[in-house]
Amino acid sequence: MGRMNMKRMADALAVASLGGWATIAAAVSDMPGGPKVNQLNLTAPVTRIAEDQHWIHWFLIWVCLAIFFAVFGVMFYSVWKHRKSRGHAPAEFHESTTVEIAWTVVPFLIVVGMALPATRMVVEQKDTSNADVTVKATGYQWKWGYDYVKGDGEGISFLSTLSTPRDQIEDRNYPDAKARREQNPTYLMEVDNALVVPVNRKIRVVVTANDVIHSWMVPSFGVKQDAIPGFVRDTWFRAEKVGVFRGQCAELCGKDHAFMPIVVDVRSEADYRKWVDEKRKEMLAKAEDPTKEWQLADLQARGEKVYAANCVACHQANGKGVSGAFPALDGSKLVLGKQDGQIDIVLKGKPGTAMASFKQLSDVELAAVLTYTRNAWGNKAEDNIVQPAEVLAARK
Amino acid sequence: MSAVLDHHGDHAHDHAHDHPSGWRRWLFATNHKDIGTMYLWFSFTMLIVGGINALLLRTELFQPGLQILQPEFFNQLTTMHGLIMVFGAIMPAFVGFANWQIPLMIGASDMAFARMNNFSFWLLPVAAALLVVSYLVPGGATAAGWTLYAPLSVQMGPGMDLAIFAVHIMGASSIMGSINIITTILNMRAPGMTMMKMPMFVWTWLITAYLLIAVMPVLAGAITMVLTDRHFGTSFFNAAGGGDPVMYQHIFWFFGHPEVYIMILPAFGIASEVIPTFARKRLFGYSSMVYATASIAILSFIVWAHHMFTTGMPVTGQLFFMYATMLIAVPTGVKIFNWTATMWRGSMTFETPMLFAIGFIFVFTIGGFTGIVLAVAPLDIQLHDTYYVVAHFHYVLVAGSLFALFAGTYYWIPKWTGHMYDERLGKWHFWMSMITFNITFFPMHFLGLAGMPRRYADYPMQFADFNAVVTIGAFGFGLSQLIFLWAVVKCIRGGAKATDKVWESAHGLEWTVPSPAPFHTFETPPVVK
Repeated sequence: MGRMNMKRMADALAVASLGGWATIAAAVSDMPGGPKVNQLNLTAPVTRIAEDQHWIHWFLIWVCLAIFFAVFGVMFYSVWKHRKSRGHAPAEFHESTTVEIAWTVVPFLIVVGMALPATRMVVEQKDTSNADVTVKATGYQWKWGYDYVKGDGEGISFLSTLSTPRDQIEDRNYPDAKARREQNPTYLMEVDNALVVPVNRKIRVVVTANDVIHSWMVPSFGVKQDAIPGFVRDTWFRAEKVGVFRGQCAELCGKDHAFMPIVVDVRSEADYRKWVDEKRKEMLAKAEDPTKEWQLADLQARGEKVYAANCVACHQANGKGVSGAFPALDGSKLVLGKQDGQIDIVLKGKPGTAMASFKQLSDVELAAVLTYTRNAWGNKAEDNIVQPAEVLAARK
Repeated sequence: MSAVLDHHGDHAHDHAHDHPSGWRRWLFATNHKDIGTMYLWFSFTMLIVGGINALLLRTELFQPGLQILQPEFFNQLTTMHGLIMVFGAIMPAFVGFANWQIPLMIGASDMAFARMNNFSFWLLPVAAALLVVSYLVPGGATAAGWTLYAPLSVQMGPGMDLAIFAVHIMGASSIMGSINIITTILNMRAPGMTMMKMPMFVWTWLITAYLLIAVMPVLAGAITMVLTDRHFGTSFFNAAGGGDPVMYQHIFWFFGHPEVYIMILPAFGIASEVIPTFARKRLFGYSSMVYATASIAILSFIVWAHHMFTTGMPVTGQLFFMYATMLIAVPTGVKIFNWTATMWRGSMTFETPMLFAIGFIFVFTIGGFTGIVLAVAPLDIQLHDTYYVVAHFHYVLVAGSLFALFAGTYYWIPKWTGHMYDERLGKWHFWMSMITFNITFFPMHFLGLAGMPRRYADYPMQFADFNAVVTIGAFGFGLSQLIFLWAVVKCIRGGAKATDKVWESAHGLEWTVPSPAPFHTFETPPVVK
């Protein structure tokens, strides 16, 4: 009777889980350059390294399965045949040196067989020499910064932030969030500025971090490298296909760990050159003169955008912060006080807290965001404007 | 559990000196059986608390998007789930078994240091209270992951300090418990019981206790450095002050890897007791089992950096730690083969302890295979910090350690309470746990292979289905443990009278004393031939 019940229970569970499966799977499609729906194995490789990883994974699976079936074949045969209810009398043996030596030596040889191909792969993965392009990836809470330090595109630098809007993520604040994200196949794995690299060229990625440890991962390339604050480590890849490939931060880095994806846009040599030229022009146009005197309204408008990209995750859109974790800016003494104090904290951060240094932002951006906070929500600071020149002066 | 001794076993009062009753009996307990009972109830309580943490975060992960939890609270839950399960549930449960069983199995009258034994238990509720209360302080509990990696742990609020104190206290408790266990085993064995005649459970605990003494101070050092970095201006883990965040990981995992063997070796010991009893045949290769256990313990000290392949080690470092890690498969394999050979041509019956022991071998072996896959450094680069790792360590820790703990409970509970447990409930508990465990953790392998990072409050839509299955399984697994509670309570309250020997083919000194075991046993040491 117990067995019947159990079987019925198992059936019900299976139906429940499969039912859920069908409904959700129907609504979403595979992510281009990211995971497939209900993907079972490693992501499709676009580098030699990732291909090797596929190979060794299958190799290990087959070896493990063979051992698994051998061991449990014997065990379950025994469970079936050597049971008391079938009248099997216990044997007396309880040791055999030969057998024991055999099943120590054979597994050792199997392990050596697994380690050999792995050794070659380790050496290959760690060889970051002779790169065509070197890019520095810096982990921030919670975004990535990219600087092209060597090769074509040298000097280009930008930040890369999650571009999935909050109205797709937060069901509590946006009742139709679910419907929106179901329309978005790249949900949580899309950014405003992707890392652009040329195809078939060796790209060395120098990885570091600004605050806590992050990890730069792109499964299609078979690459994952921790980003360690204060230290540089490197890894490399040579993408063999044009396309957009996606990954996510892989080391717990605080609140928005799940919201700082990595997107790499692999382009043909010509397209890459074109992108470099455009990006250079764009940066020239953007290089604003920090000594220019700005109007309040212009700074506020600019500052609102900077705030949305850099500050909103902690201090929140309403400036109220998160009680106990992230302080409110609305009504904050520091925000309403003299400019120096506020400039100082955004340039240096506050050690021992989640408030990191934002010195990577330009003088204009910092001045704009500070001006914005001084006039937003209920704030009406006496010194209601911060000029880029003041930020520039404070940097020295 | 042994509260029932007062009501049932009249022989519990066959001693000249009385012992305190009521709350004094527990607060001032010096009897190894009472203290063992408290350890077991404490760890079960923490299993429930840690389980509630897990179910809350699984509820959030039932579908993509953020429905019930803020990401910062989600991180607190993952952190506390890990800390509570490791330090509050699994480790104290094994100490509970050690307290109850080691004196009974080696023919000692009690543990060597009875009052220290009391102290090492009563430290635990204090530590647990600190951990749980940390949810209520400003900023909430620590959200740096159970590994408490610097510099993220340096950023945390006061909840982190409470966690550091809690871990310190639990560490002190573990060290005292280990000293007690080592002293008891080395000095208080019955005449004639040489080292190589000790039951396997005693052997595994002896080795585990040495591991604990070796590594708990290392953990204490690591978290103390975090504490001084947080409050006293040191820069152990801050590059700007000349420190190194990766050094924290080296120190932590020098503790952390032996720690996983601390949680599995006594489980091996329990399986090695249960399987021969129900196979009605002696344990195959006793001495190779002892050597394998010792080899695993020694190897566990030289493999720590396989948790750190993605930090950017030099080639030689990766190769050394990969080879050393893969070597552990050899002694572990020996154990699996020995258990299989013990069952081979036995005369098996399948009471609940045996089911859990076989289930333990089955799922633990799957966890062992994924361990080999992860040990291969070039492949670990893909799998590190994904759900594949989560699947792996739940296969070895839940289906490994926890299933062995269940096997041990059903095996020895007739000796503890004097009653047989309800076999039907036991079987239900086993099958429900086994099925729901696999529904919960097997799909995580796929998620990890597809690249879903762990400790994520929200995830891409493509991972939705497996996550939904995992959540359903998790609730099933959680609820299955209520069957266990029911079976245990029922067994304490009554049931068929257990014989002294309890199991037809049970061997060992614990089966020579009456059931339930009287308050004092082996005041005159038995002689082992």
